[in-house]
Amino acid sequence: MNSRSDYDVAIIGAGLAGLAAGIRVAHFGKRVCIFERHNAPGGLNSFYSLEGRKFDVGLHAVTNYVRPGVKGTALGRLLRQLRLEREQLALCEQKQSRVAFGPRGEQALRFTNEFAVFESEVARLFPAEIDGFRRLAEVIRGTGLAPETGVASARTVFRRYIRDPLLEDMLLCPLMFYGSASEHDMDFGQAALLFQAIFLEGLARPFEGVRPILRLLLEKYRAAGGERRMKCGVRRIVARGGRAAALILDSGEEITANEILSTIGGPETAALIDPPAAAAAGAPPPPAGVIAYVETMAIFKCQPAEFGWGEDTIVFFNDSARFTYEQPAQPVDVRSGVICLPNNYSYPPGQQLPEGLFRVTSLAPYAYWANLPEAAYREEKARWFAAVQASARRFFPPVADAALAAATVATDMYTPRTVERFTGRRNGAIYGSPEKALSGTTPLANLHLAGTDQGLLGIVGAMLSGIMMANQHVLQKGSG
Amino acid sequence: MTKDECKKVVLDIIADIAPDEDLSNVKPEVRLREQLQLDSMDFLDIVMELRKRYGIEVPEADYPQLASLDSCGEYLTPKFNALPAKP
Repeated sequence: MNSRSDYDVAIIGAGLAGLAAGIRVAHFGKRVCIFERHNAPGGLNSFYSLEGRKFDVGLHAVTNYVRPGVKGTALGRLLRQLRLEREQLALCEQKQSRVAFGPRGEQALRFTNEFAVFESEVARLFPAEIDGFRRLAEVIRGTGLAPETGVASARTVFRRYIRDPLLEDMLLCPLMFYGSASEHDMDFGQAALLFQAIFLEGLARPFEGVRPILRLLLEKYRAAGGERRMKCGVRRIVARGGRAAALILDSGEEITANEILSTIGGPETAALIDPPAAAAAGAPPPPAGVIAYVETMAIFKCQPAEFGWGEDTIVFFNDSARFTYEQPAQPVDVRSGVICLPNNYSYPPGQQLPEGLFRVTSLAPYAYWANLPEAAYREEKARWFAAVQASARRFFPPVADAALAAATVATDMYTPRTVERFTGRRNGAIYGSPEKALSGTTPLANLHLAGTDQGLLGIVGAMLSGIMMANQHVLQKGSG
Repeated sequence: MTKDECKKVVLDIIADIAPDEDLSNVKPEVRLREQLQLDSMDFLDIVMELRKRYGIEVPEADYPQLASLDSCGEYLTPKFNALPAKP
């Protein structure tokens, strides 16, 4: 079946954006092939198995969750555009989450999928700021589904409504961790999208994590007639006369397509363009990202509830007076991070994950981890695993070291080096380049970006990006 | 193809595109976007489903003709009847 070398549409990357774009164009009769270098789909939200256990790479939570009947939202739009029923995603809501600042998380703002809870927490902790906060939330509600262009500083906008720097940091912390590609500040449009996704809408997770979502998309794509080649990366995009004339695969095979959608990232796509001068025609290529993370996972034979850790789904923590979001000088910045307990979603009665999971993610510099020789890399992972987990435990009810050790049946950890190895993202930058291409344009007329570097991220965001870019650059261009 | 059959075709497409909408009380003379939660992406899909299922082309300039079921009937019926007969 995969003997063709000419398509209407070629899609680079079988992650959420590529699969969603593929479904759209295949449904409307385009001959399409997705090319994926890895042997598994999902990209930045992929999965793997280790010693018989299943793990998700990226998925802490599906953001943008709304309950059935709520209309005009990102999730609703996505379900319609992909012709999916919401039950097929089988999303289970978070129990509750927290933004916790201070050495033991003394300053905490709880939030759930009901925005009123977060609002009342802000009123409790920052009574002088509640009116400003409500006005800011209204402004954010008004920004809609597409990020605004040209409003570069979220902090500048937030400061029109909020005077307390602690509240400013407590609001930006989750938005940056979920995720900003920029250091210290972020584009207001991006911040608004993430504020909507996390606070105004909510967090949820399928019981089996990302796999059922990927299976659903793969089956929808296949049924619509889309082709997919795995372990089949693209090595070059041949440019001629301002257009992408052909793709050269890792195998050397040449593929032609009228339109190419690349979901592997802005700088990563530019690096494929040959000759290189064509990648910089008109404007320099987008810079590689600098924001990267380590993630540590502890697996327990018991449920986290047995430690008294059964209530919090996600905790965004910061132990210091100000929240510093930048590429760290140390191998890991353990002052802050995100804790995720996948057990703590409201799964159907009788359903609980077979083991307890405690995932902790903190900022880390790519260069340090990428340059370690092999033996040192393993040692440093072990050293920093302990430091990251210990840092996170400060924000949860205390559990004796011996009890935790006795309950721990497995651990795993990934670094920026791991992310680059499996996704090709330069510097392991999971949130991509700090410069987004909101209309997906590249220097080549028939090559467009979708996914993180178009400007939408997260599971829902990436799918919407693929849908929008497919609509704009393939389907609305008329026949052929 | 009569105008009523044509309106039914459009409703069937909307039922597939927006299965969460209640179509039982749609008034044919009222703008669809005033009765249903349909946005520009949904209208794009109506146009593309017409092309996919029936080979009917609706140029972008004519999108306003699809505003209500009545106007859909007026605009699309001649297009349906102008299609070449199937072999």
